[in-house]
Amino acid sequence: MIDVNLIIEKLPAFFGGTDGAPILSTSEGLQLTLELLFWSLLAGLALSIPLSLMRVSRNKVLSTAVWLYTYVFRGTPLLVQLFIIYYGLSQFDWVRDSWAWQYLREAYACAILAFTLNTAAYTTEIIAGQIRNTNHGEIEAAKAMGMSKWLMMRRIVVPSALRRALPAYSNEVVMMMQSTSVAGLVTLADVTGVARRVFSDTYMPFEPFLTAAGIYLVMTFGFVWLFKKAEGRWLAYLAPRKH
Amino acid sequence: MKKAFILASLALSSIAFSAQADTVRFGIDGNYPPFAKQGADGKLQGFDVDIAYALCTAMKATCEIVPQDWDGLIPALNANKFDAILSSMSITDERKKAVDFTNKYYNTPSRIIAKAGTAVDQNAFKGKKVGVLRASTQEKFAKDFWGKNGATVVSYGKAPEGFLDLKSGRIDGMFVDSVVGETDFLKSAQGKGFAFVGPEYSESKYFGYGAGIAVKKGNNALRERLNQAIAQIRKDGSYKKVQDKYFNFNVYGN
Repeated sequence: MIDVNLIIEKLPAFFGGTDGAPILSTSEGLQLTLELLFWSLLAGLALSIPLSLMRVSRNKVLSTAVWLYTYVFRGTPLLVQLFIIYYGLSQFDWVRDSWAWQYLREAYACAILAFTLNTAAYTTEIIAGQIRNTNHGEIEAAKAMGMSKWLMMRRIVVPSALRRALPAYSNEVVMMMQSTSVAGLVTLADVTGVARRVFSDTYMPFEPFLTAAGIYLVMTFGFVWLFKKAEGRWLAYLAPRKH
Repeated sequence: MKKAFILASLALSSIAFSAQADTVRFGIDGNYPPFAKQGADGKLQGFDVDIAYALCTAMKATCEIVPQDWDGLIPALNANKFDAILSSMSITDERKKAVDFTNKYYNTPSRIIAKAGTAVDQNAFKGKKVGVLRASTQEKFAKDFWGKNGATVVSYGKAPEGFLDLKSGRIDGMFVDSVVGETDFLKSAQGKGFAFVGPEYSESKYFGYGAGIAVKKGNNALRERLNQAIAQIRKDGSYKKVQDKYFNFNVYGN
């Protein structure tokens, strides 16, 4: 049935220690998964705040452009987006001759680009939704204080929307973490990539993929716990009264 | 004990059978072009099939080709559905436990495909990238040979993915079996400007012993007969005729 010895023997490979090398001697496995996740979430969040403001803007051109972007990136599989960026773009000579090729030639950069565009699309809609949901009282109060539109956005609407976006955003983070597993399909050795390699080497499917599943589960648990803490801190004012 | 006796008598009877028979039945998997594929007339054709006919001519025997999917080849051989497997089966120590092999009838070397004119030696890929197929014999060799000399070995799940990256310049060379490289890439429009560069690699420590013809364990009579036939077609030029029909390089190896 399941070969526990194989799991134990191959476990270091998931933490950068392939073929008997010490753990973390390469960035393969968990570290690569976390790196891809961190950079794409960071860039995605940074992009999605201005994008969500454009999305709720009264300017039809701006809001339609952002709507189109989120529609396309939420309406197509991440794997397809990654293949288009990695294999598709490299077909064009003008891409290969451009300054961007020094980055696009690396699978790592292609993966981060695809993940960033994808998560930014989802996060934009999450934040835009919360901006629309902003309590009228908060806006009236801000106007009564004589705040300009941008000051009101900066001090009241966006911070409040970001707080209320936390529960939905925690889902997005967990989904994104699982989505990074497609990185293995463009030669990267993330957690799933390592599992696929062990599978090809040993012809044993259960053991490496069970190990990978276990690692993802632990990570999910960690993120859920972190966001619970964050919600406790920043969303306490929305919690039901306990007394 | 009883089992052993039955096996032994089975083996004996098959020796007696094939030594006298003037029909030799070859099991071939027809899903491995250009070595074997199903033709428009439903019959198998390809390098393996032509080699079978050449061997039969040399043995003065009649050939019968039995199509059989890869997974079922060894079981079908043991069930006497045919006398020998001639299906690009690599001679490995693992398979030697189940069947007996003749000498190799071909051994395609592995080669680097890169921009035509690239010079290749052990240090050729320092700071560069070499593509291989994941879990292939080439992967292990490349990691030891170039990987330990400063090259990054990039593993692909499928050969076409690696060739795409070779074409776009993400990797500097692709290290594959020469037949795969020739048929999948160099002969296609994609492969323009690329060529086999550097020497042929076929160290048996990494790449095994080539493809052989498998016979039932203990069937030494047929094995010897086939070995002589292989030597004969090598000598009388009929091997080369078959080879030149499919390849423009030496598939027999050294």
